[in-house]
Amino acid sequence: MTQFAETTEDFTDDTGDDSYFRDALRIFASNRMAMVGLILVGALIFVALFIPFISPHDPYRVALDEQFLPPSATYWLGTDNFGRDLLTRILYGARISLVVGIVPSFISLMIGAVMGIISGYYGGRIDFIIMRLADTMIAFPSLLLAMVVMYTLGANLFNIFIALSLVGWAGVARVVRAQALAVKEREFIEAARANGTKKRAIMIGHIFPNVIPTLIVLFSLSIPDAIMWESSLSFLGVGVQPPEASWGLLVAKGKEYLFSAPLVAIIPGVAILITVLAFNFVGDGLRDALDPYMKD
Amino acid sequence: MKDQSTLLSVRNLRTEFQTQNGPVKVVDGVSFDVGRGKIVGLVGESGSGKSMTALSLMGLVSSPPGKVSADGVFLDGTNLTQLHPDEMRRKRGREVSMVFQEPMTSLNPVKTMVQQVGEPLAIHTDMGRRAIRENVLRMFETVGIPEPAARLDVYPHQLSGGLRQRAMIAMGLICEPKLLIADEPTTALDVTTQAQILRLMMALRDRVGTAIIMITHDLGIIAEMCDEVNVMYAGQIVEQASVFDLFDRPSHPYTRGLLASIPKATEKRTTERLNSIPGVVPNLAKLPQGCRFHPRCGDAMPVCQVQQPELTDLGNGHKARCWLHNKQGGKL
Repeated sequence: MTQFAETTEDFTDDTGDDSYFRDALRIFASNRMAMVGLILVGALIFVALFIPFISPHDPYRVALDEQFLPPSATYWLGTDNFGRDLLTRILYGARISLVVGIVPSFISLMIGAVMGIISGYYGGRIDFIIMRLADTMIAFPSLLLAMVVMYTLGANLFNIFIALSLVGWAGVARVVRAQALAVKEREFIEAARANGTKKRAIMIGHIFPNVIPTLIVLFSLSIPDAIMWESSLSFLGVGVQPPEASWGLLVAKGKEYLFSAPLVAIIPGVAILITVLAFNFVGDGLRDALDPYMKD
Repeated sequence: MKDQSTLLSVRNLRTEFQTQNGPVKVVDGVSFDVGRGKIVGLVGESGSGKSMTALSLMGLVSSPPGKVSADGVFLDGTNLTQLHPDEMRRKRGREVSMVFQEPMTSLNPVKTMVQQVGEPLAIHTDMGRRAIRENVLRMFETVGIPEPAARLDVYPHQLSGGLRQRAMIAMGLICEPKLLIADEPTTALDVTTQAQILRLMMALRDRVGTAIIMITHDLGIIAEMCDEVNVMYAGQIVEQASVFDLFDRPSHPYTRGLLASIPKATEKRTTERLNSIPGVVPNLAKLPQGCRFHPRCGDAMPVCQVQQPELTDLGNGHKARCWLHNKQGGKL
């Protein structure tokens, strides 16, 4: 069977078997800021998952005789207006903030990816309709849109997901469309068509995998956005409702005591700040690592 | 169609694109036949319409802005122009397949070799994953990829250009199509690899019996591989002949120009410069009146500026689109 083999044929021109993602991992690991962000994010996720087992305090227990206690050995960051341990409340809030950060980002990412790929691949009228829809979403004041959704559907976690996904997909769709337009013109798409591949299979099997690095970056960068959104909505009173603890809500409640007990508002604010920064570091690191043009 | 030895019969193929400056005919009335197991060449300069001819045959011209029409493109008796797009899609990769010019970019960087080369099987057959894997392995052996088993699960960037082009050919032939269209399959490869790939294609033709349309601008490849040749210029066939007739008696001034522009090792150099055809391929949106080649032609006569010549039969299936061979030419 091998009578056509040529002895002079050159072999694999790669020395190792390192692939695109292994390269990316190496670049990411050498990025100090990204690693700091990753450690912070990891620690946050760990604490949020295991907080019921770590903290000796109940985040909902009201103790009116322990209002606004300063930081102490028992209450590391002091207590709030109902005498609840602030640190415990913040860490319980981290659970909601993380879920709100991740779930709607993922949903809007998926919607945006589907819309963007369809738009970019088909072009023409379909492209026009999807993109004008996206333009409309982007042009609409998104805070207002989210608030309208929350008012109409009621303030709970699930509706926050809906509101944020509705606001978020358009931006993703635009970026993905641009990517799909570029990928569509590459020769391997024509080769796939020459093989008789169906349109849907080309979009799923050939274009989507080439968009994944972009999606990963968009995902990591939209998580902090979503956390900020949730905080804003909760701060405005249309997000998470008490006695649930979310960071935006903690800041909102704490602001009433800003002059008598400033820590109650400031510390959740700092938690938002650190988390958003950490995710942004990770996102930037991923972008640098996954961008093929920045390699070597 | 009637003739059992003819596999593909293209009749009056026309492809045009809508542009801001109106429609541009990139393929204008191309007709040729491909016999079973034959290698037929399409040769011409860049922009002569040879690749567009291939894409039109494959039904790969996107519409809009493109528009393909023909009196008929018969593959084994089936008129491809009358097929529903989905029926045409099912023929692609199974009955007709294509090998592209750039092995570097014709493979999806995020898919492994076995996924891609096996794709036609996954589309056109109900073979399972393991059967596809075995087939790809056998095909890798056939096209002479060394250590074929180790090449199945690697990504394209881990292979050299020559290996990738072999893999492309493996992909093109994996469903044992009746016709393989090779669009400048060796242009991006270095000369030794070129020779290997060409020899491989001829050997596979002999073994599998797949007919090949060889698109190239390299007359050396034509001379080495093809049975018949179509010389294209500005979207039209200007000369059609068997490979022997073409090199023996090139009859269109353009073909002569192409042949003269090949440097000969034996020839004593009298000048430092290589022969070339003056001028460039005309802009298809602004074709000259009369013969499309006359502004660059050394033999141009008054009639050439006025009226377009038809393909004239010179006997033995040898045709040329030139007034020099048309008896009426002098009288007009």
